[in-house]
Amino acid sequence: MKIPFISIRYLLLFIAMLLDSVGLQNKLNAQSNDKTLLGAGSTFIYPLFSKLFSEYNRKTGVEVNYQSIGSGGGILQLTNKTVDFGASDGPLNEEQATKMGAPALHIPMASGAVVITYNLPGGSSNFNLTPDIIADIFLGKIKQWNDPRLVAVNKGVNIPAFPILVIHRAEASGTTNIFTNYLSKVSPEWKSRVGSASAVNWPVGLGGKGNESVAGLVKQTPGALGYVELIYALQNKMDYAKLKNNKGKFILPSLASVTAAGNISLPADSKIFLTDTDAADGYPICGFTWALIYKEQNYGGRSRDRATKLLNLLWWNIHEGQQFSTPLNYAPLSKQALQVAEKILKSATYGGKPILK
Amino acid sequence: MNELVSKKKISNSSGQIRAEALFKRVLVIIGCAMVVLVLGILLTLVIESIPSLKSLGIKYLWGKTWDPVNNVYGAFPFLLGTLLTSFLALIISIPFSFAIAIYLGEYQPQGWLSNFLKNTVELIAAVPSVIYGFWGLIVLVPMVRTLETKLGILPYGIGIFSASLVLTIMIIPYAASLGREMIRLVPSQLKEAAYSLGATRYEVIRSVVLPFTKSGLFAGILLSLGRALGETMAVTMVIGNTSLIPNSIFAPGNTMASVIANEFTEADHTVYLSALIELGLVLFLVTVVINMVGKRIIKKFTNE
Repeated sequence: MKIPFISIRYLLLFIAMLLDSVGLQNKLNAQSNDKTLLGAGSTFIYPLFSKLFSEYNRKTGVEVNYQSIGSGGGILQLTNKTVDFGASDGPLNEEQATKMGAPALHIPMASGAVVITYNLPGGSSNFNLTPDIIADIFLGKIKQWNDPRLVAVNKGVNIPAFPILVIHRAEASGTTNIFTNYLSKVSPEWKSRVGSASAVNWPVGLGGKGNESVAGLVKQTPGALGYVELIYALQNKMDYAKLKNNKGKFILPSLASVTAAGNISLPADSKIFLTDTDAADGYPICGFTWALIYKEQNYGGRSRDRATKLLNLLWWNIHEGQQFSTPLNYAPLSKQALQVAEKILKSATYGGKPILK
Repeated sequence: MNELVSKKKISNSSGQIRAEALFKRVLVIIGCAMVVLVLGILLTLVIESIPSLKSLGIKYLWGKTWDPVNNVYGAFPFLLGTLLTSFLALIISIPFSFAIAIYLGEYQPQGWLSNFLKNTVELIAAVPSVIYGFWGLIVLVPMVRTLETKLGILPYGIGIFSASLVLTIMIIPYAASLGREMIRLVPSQLKEAAYSLGATRYEVIRSVVLPFTKSGLFAGILLSLGRALGETMAVTMVIGNTSLIPNSIFAPGNTMASVIANEFTEADHTVYLSALIELGLVLFLVTVVINMVGKRIIKKFTNE
């Protein structure tokens, strides 16, 4: 009797992914003509990018082929030089930067936010939450909805006695990266016990795969509390909490309060998590999505023309392109972010000479 | 004239011989390609696991923490989750798959009802697993949640138990189809002899059909188990995906396959990626061991 190894299928998939990452796709770049720019990365920014790129194509005839394979995948493809630009919801970590081999630029494209969403039968639709309460819920220290600390910041709101079911993302994601970065900033205990990354060792709760799965679980489980991207909560009309920022104001997450969060002095390379912002009207769990390119554009036989097209595209994205953000529920860049982004773009070179004037 | 015919015959047959040899060679090459492929997969898994093996050593197998931030990886919770869900699913599925096999093989081997049932069962195997995942999440999970509320457990809904139920449904067709074929192959002389000795139908099934087909039935179970061990998508949607060790069958957990699927694309440092690949290696080895043990048992059955 022959018994097939069913799981070989998955191993094959695995191998295919490995080969992919090793760079069998190197030829791709050579094949694509200079009219088509290639990009890959963040799934979060994908809807905005497709709109931007189709508008840009109509205007200039330059085509952009963007694959939304996740931030990590985009970074990998840029490292392998199979794409012209990557897009990531988190800045490069040290190992990723080292593997790149050459300096890469982070150009902010839009900001996103992570909101605390919940399902409490008979509860309010905009609860007040404070940083320490959120941290303690995700650390498993606050277990009941009618915990005295929750009641204290929600005076006059009816909070039924219900166990809190914590729901987090199952897979590694930029959303988790921003969220855990925030928790690490506001809670020393979280920082030492769990830390921040795109996937962490969660002390409590269960994982849903993707924003849609977290949202689905929260919607169907009474007493559930989880985190999703703002866009997702807006589109699905979910309940989400007002969060106390470090200026002591309770802020409802919205496009305006997310843009406001970026109105702070930014470092010259823009590599910063916007979490726990100092802006008085800013929502505290925000982050940029960056486009990533090599600082020196003359590599792998690229033409100057191609490099210029890429830079022009990104320049257009942060200027004329910003008008498409709000209708698609993305927060436009703040004034400060725009200034920093312009400077970064101007620092890109071809053969040592700046491309944009 | 005669000479011509025989000459043609000879040339014909030498051509045929060459074709025969070629055909045989093709078969051997294709057969060997599979062996090379499996060995290649094993080799790749081992090589890619080296960074993780170096930094974590053998305690990877029983480590209880999976912490990508501090680069500490332990496969134990997922090993446990994989084995728990698979065997739980197997145990629940056996009565169903045997019942279907016996009914379709012995009681109702022909007719529209039989065909209808048979096709339906086979359809279950053809449905993509993501659909079971969605169905599990939307229909099964709320039902399990109601059950948990009645039992007074924290009503997560999703967890090991829900994952096992979804798996059960997915693996039933494998054991059922193979069992049905086996039961239909039982020689009618044997059954008729038993009937002529005054045995009832149940007695015939118990003392003639089942002993005759037990190796086939067991092979079907093994096939189901293989499917359950490797299933990824449907499980990951309803198991809860937590690296905590489950303290009951209703608790959330995780399996090796679903951890790999969830974390592979965004694993952003070498040891992390390597630890995930090592998880694939462990899954590979678990499957090999279970298949080997299963074959040993089948052999023992057939030799008796």
